[in-house]
Amino acid sequence: MTENKKPLISIKNLSKHFGEGETRVDALRDISLDIFPEQVIGLLGPSGSGKSTLLNVIGCILEPTCGQIELDGELVYNDRWLRSDLRGLRLEKVGFIFQAHNLMPFLSSMDNVAVVLDLAGYSASAARARAGELLEYLEVGNRVEAFPGSLSGGEAQRVAIARALANKPRIVLADEPTAALDSERAGIVMDLLRKVAIDQQAAVIVVTHDEKIYDRFDQIFHLRDGLLSQT
Amino acid sequence: MNLAYRDVRHNFGRFMVTCLGLSLLLGVVLAMIGIYRGLIADALELVDTIDADIWVVEKGTRGPFAESSRIPRDTRESVARIFGVKSVGAVTFQSIETESDGKKLRLYVIGYEPGQLGGPKYITEGRGLTGRNFEAVVDSRTGLDIGDHIQLGRNGFTIVGTTVNAVSSGGEPAIYLSLDDAQKLQFDLSPSATRRERARGAVVVNSTDTVSAVIARTSPNASNDNIVKTIERWKHFAAMTEEEQGLILTQSVVEKARKQIGMFTAILILVSAVIIALIIHTMTMDKIREIATLKLIGAPDRVIIGLIVQQALAMGLIGFAMGGFLIFNIQDFFPKRLVLQPMDGLSLAGVVVVICLLSSIYGVYTALKVDPAKALAG
Repeated sequence: MTENKKPLISIKNLSKHFGEGETRVDALRDISLDIFPEQVIGLLGPSGSGKSTLLNVIGCILEPTCGQIELDGELVYNDRWLRSDLRGLRLEKVGFIFQAHNLMPFLSSMDNVAVVLDLAGYSASAARARAGELLEYLEVGNRVEAFPGSLSGGEAQRVAIARALANKPRIVLADEPTAALDSERAGIVMDLLRKVAIDQQAAVIVVTHDEKIYDRFDQIFHLRDGLLSQT
Repeated sequence: MNLAYRDVRHNFGRFMVTCLGLSLLLGVVLAMIGIYRGLIADALELVDTIDADIWVVEKGTRGPFAESSRIPRDTRESVARIFGVKSVGAVTFQSIETESDGKKLRLYVIGYEPGQLGGPKYITEGRGLTGRNFEAVVDSRTGLDIGDHIQLGRNGFTIVGTTVNAVSSGGEPAIYLSLDDAQKLQFDLSPSATRRERARGAVVVNSTDTVSAVIARTSPNASNDNIVKTIERWKHFAAMTEEEQGLILTQSVVEKARKQIGMFTAILILVSAVIIALIIHTMTMDKIREIATLKLIGAPDRVIIGLIVQQALAMGLIGFAMGGFLIFNIQDFFPKRLVLQPMDGLSLAGVVVVICLLSSIYGVYTALKVDPAKALAG
């Protein structure tokens, strides 16, 4: 699967530490990692092991201390950010899925998805059309005008996935996407992420503690004390 | 996609309750400005209504409104003979408290000679005074109607007409009497008081030959300043133009009240600014996770600033409009007159816009500082 393809996420010798001297904490230590299109990767580890830090660094939210990050063929970090517009970079290349889905409570399902497309410069009608398609694809097409407050946990998570995929990102970062779901719904979400990885030729990283979905990953990485190891 | 509008629409009830609270505050600010303007308008109203070019009063006084003044009634004849004077009148002014329908009523008694200067500018109902005794014309704010009787001093008066825009600088509505009636009211002692004075050997002088002021209207081509100078050369008299009388009223009679209300209005505007800033900050803090999510998914700063500033402006302007509507509709219930001028309304709207923009700064600062990683926190 990976032999003829370039990695979508390529990390080399990445480190991140917080504080200095006695208070220094090494959250990530010399991490190197390549993730290819169609791969769904699991990132496991105890609390405080650096999982969220790694996700934040790959998502260009947190600046590493040193190393290299290449996203979708573009070198974005080489001991410093190489792009000033990191939000634009995220909008263009990265989709985020959260444990608490983080939908805008004042927007309908349709608008929660369309807002990303609106930010990306789509016309209102094109944004709504694409959002409608995605919601249908994720089997919540019957809830387009519903507000997050009236959605079930599974429905809300699907709308959140639709939002993450709206601008066709090739990198999807999911932080505990199944934590609030039962086994059946967790399975459905993982199936959807797999489908997205294949259909959009995307790389998906899932941070999780959820043992019931371990068998859904192509590779599982463990983080412990900032060190990455592959299972 | 207008996020500010979507948020307001979703939380419409809460937003409108916030606007309502703000509207009451801005309504009070508008009312204070109206009271301030009303105070000045009331102070000048009588001078405007009488519309005299020259006021002749007792020397050494700034009468007849700022200080009491008493001059002989026949001064009028001397003034009438000055070149350039077109018409003259003799007037008296006096505050009095009486009762009407069992309620206390404070009135400002204006005595004038019917047919001469000093009478009501307009008769809105009924007729003016014709010189007969014990008749009165009243300002509509007295609440008296034509045919009503009112007791002033020892005599009863019948209301024969009503007028408007006639109040004293203190806001007391005017009652017009003939000069003779007004002088009797001012100088006649009650029978018991007369007996007491006689018993103690005092000479009871029953002179009604003095007035508070003589007023004159001049020809269009006459120099009011020259007429004033001419009168001031006479002994015992001071004279001033209408403008000077207006200045005395606004800079002397109502000065402290004017400053007090002005200062209170400024404090209210400051309080409004602080409250608006707090509301905007609270509204921003309520959306902090959504703002973090927006930043995480790539929303530029202008989208986040727009969300906060548009809501702040909408809240301020809706609050202002509701406050203006409220005060406009209840202005007649205020005991003193409110003068709501369009320019004042527009100025306050401008101030509200500036306050909202300034108040947004803290909210915007807070929002722009939000770490997008906050959206990922469980």
